[in-house]
Amino acid sequence: MTIQFNDETFHGDFTFKNSDWAIKRFPFPFHEDSYMYSVNMEPHTSYRPGSVFERTFDVDEHYVSEMKDRARVLANDPLRCQSLPHMTLAGWDLVELIMEAKAREYPDLFELHKDGNRWRWINKPLGIDDTFTFLDESTLPYGPMEYITRQTQGDFAVLDQRDDNLWMDAGMVTTQADWSLDFDIGMNFFEWHAPVPKAHEMGIFVRALKFLLNIQQGQPARRLNWTMTVNPLLDTSPENYHKWGVMKQGLTMENIGEKQHLRVELQTFFRLPRSNALVFPIRCYLIRFEDLVTVPKWARRLHRVIRDLPEELATYKGFIDNRPLMVEYLSQFDDGSPTSDGIWPDDD
Amino acid sequence: MSAGTAKLNVTVAEVKPINDLVTRFKFVRTGGGDLPTFSGGAHTVVEMQDGDITRLNAYSLMSNPADRGAYTISVRRDDQGRGGSKFMHNKVKEGMEMVISNPVNLFSLDLRAKKHLMLAGGIGITPFMAQMHQLSMMGGNFELHYSVRTASLGTYAKELAERYPGKVHIYHDDQKEAIDLKTLLANQPLGTHVYVCGPKGMINWVHSTAGEMGWPREAVHSEEFLAPASGKPFEVKCAVSNKIVQVGEHQSLLEALEAAGIDAPYLCRGGACGQCETNVIGYDGKFLHYDHWLTDEQKAGGKHIMPCVSRFEGKTLVLDR
Amino acid sequence: MSKTEFPPSITSRPVYGELEARSGSGHLMIADAEGAEAILDLAESADKDFWAKAHVIYIPKKTGTKYSSQLEELGAGQYYAGPSYEAAQSRIRRALQDCHMGTQVYLSGTESLMGQAMAEATAAGIPHTAIQTEHRGSTARRMQCVHCKGITEDVTTDPFECSHCGLSLFVRDHYSRRLAAFQGVRVDAEDPGNIPEKVELFK
Ligand code: HEM
Ligand code: FES
Repeated sequence: MTIQFNDETFHGDFTFKNSDWAIKRFPFPFHEDSYMYSVNMEPHTSYRPGSVFERTFDVDEHYVSEMKDRARVLANDPLRCQSLPHMTLAGWDLVELIMEAKAREYPDLFELHKDGNRWRWINKPLGIDDTFTFLDESTLPYGPMEYITRQTQGDFAVLDQRDDNLWMDAGMVTTQADWSLDFDIGMNFFEWHAPVPKAHEMGIFVRALKFLLNIQQGQPARRLNWTMTVNPLLDTSPENYHKWGVMKQGLTMENIGEKQHLRVELQTFFRLPRSNALVFPIRCYLIRFEDLVTVPKWARRLHRVIRDLPEELATYKGFIDNRPLMVEYLSQFDDGSPTSDGIWPDDD
Repeated sequence: MSAGTAKLNVTVAEVKPINDLVTRFKFVRTGGGDLPTFSGGAHTVVEMQDGDITRLNAYSLMSNPADRGAYTISVRRDDQGRGGSKFMHNKVKEGMEMVISNPVNLFSLDLRAKKHLMLAGGIGITPFMAQMHQLSMMGGNFELHYSVRTASLGTYAKELAERYPGKVHIYHDDQKEAIDLKTLLANQPLGTHVYVCGPKGMINWVHSTAGEMGWPREAVHSEEFLAPASGKPFEVKCAVSNKIVQVGEHQSLLEALEAAGIDAPYLCRGGACGQCETNVIGYDGKFLHYDHWLTDEQKAGGKHIMPCVSRFEGKTLVLDR
Repeated sequence: MSKTEFPPSITSRPVYGELEARSGSGHLMIADAEGAEAILDLAESADKDFWAKAHVIYIPKKTGTKYSSQLEELGAGQYYAGPSYEAAQSRIRRALQDCHMGTQVYLSGTESLMGQAMAEATAAGIPHTAIQTEHRGSTARRMQCVHCKGITEDVTTDPFECSHCGLSLFVRDHYSRRLAAFQGVRVDAEDPGNIPEKVELFK
């Protein structure tokens, strides 16, 4: 498989665009016509060739441009990538996990050659060919976690496991749905989830944590989460909210199809072998409403989900003011006919 | 998540008696290749086909975690036990193929620690051996205090003292040597974490002494695998699968559920991880709770049981499985 | 003034207890303003040899000499009264260097003081859950501006102006132990210039 990498931007002139291929494989997050928080986790095993669930770390047409966007965000604000001192070993675990998976699953794009601890890593799309000593920080241009996550799509939270909890002690976070690593670093599972409405009372976090603490080597898991973003802005950070918040204004029936994006996070969980830490990659996929409604089942379902979403969730996700317009726009594509179970389009 | 953890097919590469009680086993991947890396303190669950009984026992990995060529474990023969350790000692031979689980760590180092103080009793030395490998590679600050019955039963004591000069302190019971715990705990710099693995009495002693001396709970770590206790046979009704299961005298409830083909999750099989927690729908009788997982309140409540180690005596027990 | 009742909040917001004398190899007590009352209350139940192993660090702030002589009379092995947290900080760090595992840490007074002293003690290796806290006195908040990262002390209104970048920020309950601060976020980000009137929420 060869991927044509797009040359596009996720800020300023926003030239981001999904090809037909990317639209078809978009991870639509709703398996039924309504949505509420749940402990929605399943094994992260490969299935559905062509889907974003096929590989350990999905690489798509946005790869090169997303990595440029990450470099830009980090240059403006280096605090988006931080690692507390005891997390370096987990960073090396992550280097190994990502390099081995990418070299195995995308041999035409990535190569890893090992001679004992002497490793040569070739990343063709980004034009990188580095030789370094595994577990020796002085042989890499950045810390291990930063090095590899500057070359991998999605945010990364690296969690230390102790005292029957997970602690967010390291991360690379430049494509987040409005939360701050710099503020949350050092918090535990319940603390960083504190702002989420309803889910605590529903017991979701207690059960989810129990599941996560028991994730074992070689048995990764995944879940989907979603929100809404105006314009294909990857960096919806609280740090820059005073710059992007204003973009939520000015949506009209004429421009909403192009400007409003459904933002889906494919979240995966892996146990890291040397450090016993857990890594939580959060991969963000964006799709404009206009493109999404080309799949009739998705259009009908999204209309119903957004229309019926509990107020607290729409407020927390930041689109309560624009909801009426979204519903009006989407209703044009909902003829009231039934939708089939599951997230996949009907035509295959 | 369904029962257990991912499996590894291995071949026994070496069986080496270490002293009168302890034998060491070395596993390599069947057909060659690397085994997964692990973190110091991890264990593996070894499957034993003992006639028509399948036994699954957890043993700490003691080899260097960075060595992906082989895993080693040490097994102490327990003549009173249900037979897992006897099987390992008597039946397992070089060249035999076995199935073990991926490494699971329920006794990991707190990597923030400014110093790691390790207290071992007897065969409880094994997880520390892997941890010391790991720490010495990372330049970590550690100290081992190891209590053994006699010099000849001091499993690996001599080689550890040689490998880590100045960091290893051995105490012989038969020479009336004992760890001076109070003094030891009184002199540790802030940021020290203490780890204990050994007999139940030793673990309780360390927890209570550290507690009395004002040590934070989070800085005291212990690991004790319980071997499932034998006991009177009993009968269980499984409501979800609609089966009636007999639990034999030398069988754990978890083993009986597995033998009946009921999907029952587990990780440690030693009452420590919480994974096997099962809801009780009804009962008439008395629970024998042996686990470290349920709170005393839960144990008294009669609504939960940990099938890997706990038992039941009485007329009826109905489980949500 | 007695111990403060806070309204129910989210799980990152700290909760405070009541100080009690615990067994330990030493006792490091850090308080500001009315926080002195919590130490004086604890003194009623602590036995005599408790104080020999105690080190009291006190920042009176606006309370002047109201509590300092009483605190001094407790007979702590070491007693220090200083003009501000910043002034006391290097002493706190030095005191922590001398501590061994088993030392008990007691913090009382404002959230700003307890938060900052807790960050020092946890960095030195004491788990935060092992540190005792009791809130007394002002409920003013220490806020971090999520945009410029500057810290504004003694915030009593919502919204408030960031003392570094000048943006009007609303006060969240989301709290970072590492920063010892609550989070402030621009209140008029989606509708610039539309700044609600200030409400005094904290005293
Ligand atoms: C250990 C890995 C995880 C990390 C690092 C993580 C991190 C986060 C963060 C930072 C937020 C934003 C909170 C805010 O508003 O400031 C969030 C939201 C949330 N998380 Fe997690 N999370 C993890 C696992 C999970 C799991 C396993 C669940 C399972 C149910 C879950 C459910 C949620 C939900 C429901 C929200 C609200 C999202 C929304 O409505 O947009 N999280 N998470
Ligand atoms: S399997 Fe771990 S407690 Fe039962």
